[in-house]
Amino acid sequence: METNDNILIVENLKKYYYGGGIGKNRVAVKAVDDVSFKIKRGTTMGLVGESGCGKTTVGRTILRLHDVTGGKVTFKGKDLAKLSKKALRKLRPELQMIFQDPYSSLSPRMPVGEIIGEAVREHKIVPPDQYRQHIMKVMRSCGLQPQYFSRYPHEFSGGQRQRICIARSVALNPDFIICDEPVSALDVSIQAQILNLMQDLQDEFGYTYLFISHDLSVVEHISDTIAVMYLGSIVEIGDKVSVFKNPSHPYTKALLSAVPVADPDHRMNRIVLEGDIPSPANPPSGCKFRTRCPYAFDRCSVEVPKLQNIEDCHEVACHLFDDDAAQYEANKKGGISA
Amino acid sequence: MMKTETTLHRKANTQSIFRLFLKNLRRDKLALIGAIFIVFFLLVMIFAPQLAPHAPRDRHYNEAGKIRRLEPPSAAHPFGTTDVGRDIYSQVILGTRTAITVGLLAAFLVTLVGSIIGIVAGYYGGWVDTVIMRIVDFFYAIPFIPFVIVLAAVLRPSIWNIILAVSLLSWRTVARLVRSQVLSVAKRPYIKAGRVAGASNARLMFKYILPNVIPLIMLEMAFMVNWAITAEASIAFLGFGDPNVPSWGQILHTAFATGNSRVAWWWITAPGLAIILLLLSIFYVARALEEVVDPRLRRR
Repeated sequence: METNDNILIVENLKKYYYGGGIGKNRVAVKAVDDVSFKIKRGTTMGLVGESGCGKTTVGRTILRLHDVTGGKVTFKGKDLAKLSKKALRKLRPELQMIFQDPYSSLSPRMPVGEIIGEAVREHKIVPPDQYRQHIMKVMRSCGLQPQYFSRYPHEFSGGQRQRICIARSVALNPDFIICDEPVSALDVSIQAQILNLMQDLQDEFGYTYLFISHDLSVVEHISDTIAVMYLGSIVEIGDKVSVFKNPSHPYTKALLSAVPVADPDHRMNRIVLEGDIPSPANPPSGCKFRTRCPYAFDRCSVEVPKLQNIEDCHEVACHLFDDDAAQYEANKKGGISA
Repeated sequence: MMKTETTLHRKANTQSIFRLFLKNLRRDKLALIGAIFIVFFLLVMIFAPQLAPHAPRDRHYNEAGKIRRLEPPSAAHPFGTTDVGRDIYSQVILGTRTAITVGLLAAFLVTLVGSIIGIVAGYYGGWVDTVIMRIVDFFYAIPFIPFVIVLAAVLRPSIWNIILAVSLLSWRTVARLVRSQVLSVAKRPYIKAGRVAGASNARLMFKYILPNVIPLIMLEMAFMVNWAITAEASIAFLGFGDPNVPSWGQILHTAFATGNSRVAWWWITAPGLAIILLLLSIFYVARALEEVVDPRLRRR
């Protein structure tokens, strides 16, 4: 069964924030608008996009840290968006999250062992007499020495703190971990260590990751599939190799052209995007990217492009790939003459 | 070498607030004097029955068998006597006990109630916060002294009612302060991390948030002790205190009520100085504590 294979299925996820105005005049900020994707058990999906495009909101909404405005999030056959608070708390150990900033995501007044063990005790993951051994084992597997058990977070460096955060998630034996920019607060050498640790843990325990990042080289390193987000929607999604080999959406092309290459003689053909990301409270009509797209044509301002297959496991939301382009042109001409 | 360094470091953290406070005491001479006076007052309070040579309401007679009316300080009566020959020294010593008891008990109640309400309001936010803050506004609008007069009229005047009155009206200050601190703590990522770990609301409030606002709560408690002592003295001075329990405010009240405050300087000096000394001591110590809690006030 294919559905059993997908540990998480997100369908038409929406998250709107309402600002000023009352009733129908309310201004909706569409932080996440109609996002759908599936993640196979044991794989990693990278979610990339520039700041403010809604990647973090996707992650937090899946975990119901924010309430869902619309859509379905099916995790192991259960719709997370509809679960009661109590049922959700029961399910928490299976769905974990690693946060971006390892400095502020650890309570400064709790010793490390307690930070890692809090939820283990709460959810009775292991019998009480094995509690300490379990925490020590988890710490060791995350590259932390067990004698750090009763130290406080401020005694650790950024990389070690992120290891503590990872240990906190891993201690619960989760199935699925959302990693919200887990390495962007760390320097490059530490980034590699943390990424390798995460991959080792995945190989050993078969975790599924949703890896949120703005750093394409990091995502390329760790992901199996990649989704590119722009202004709350996915514009391109597919297998890592085909997305990186054959970036098709103009936005993905621009993003990939900006990845630095470690070769001083390499000439970069950078595609420089004009302008800023538009406000999600007032997005452009049709394709949201058209205001910055070098290839935009008239259809882009009229019709919202849908994700369509361009090759196996590779979908793009762009009118450049429309099969019905000729028919559209004909209809339009007909419309004018009529 | 490394090991000793890290253990030192750890100790510095777990007791950092206390250590910084001691360091501040060493530098801040007024706070040091204050701390010494507080210890002195506490000792007087504990040993008051032993220290006081006479019962507060005993009348004293001289060799001629006459009542020692309004005698200035002497060896037998260090702080002089009242118009009916009572020993002011004993009264002041026994009054210490009332002042500190009221101060500590009321401050404890106030901070306990205020902190819980403040944490709940700041954590839940939204309409819970709005409702609680409007109730706080309501309590801010009640004037203290008239409220106590009414309370003393309805209930019996006693130090327990004074504690009750102070607690009923002062939790609002603590609640509002704690709430504002909780508002910022509750938004920090480790609270979200706690929620992802499946911690309940109560656990998040008392295990994750409370330890981060405890320093502020302790500071507020120190200031509340002062406020409660002032309140007790004012109420007793106005004559709404417990007539059976000696207190500094009550000594002053009797001096004024009998019209002797302009004649017998010793009668008002001793309790007045005691009030001023205790309040100043607590204030300076609390201020040193505040510097520890609020890094912006820290002097380098």
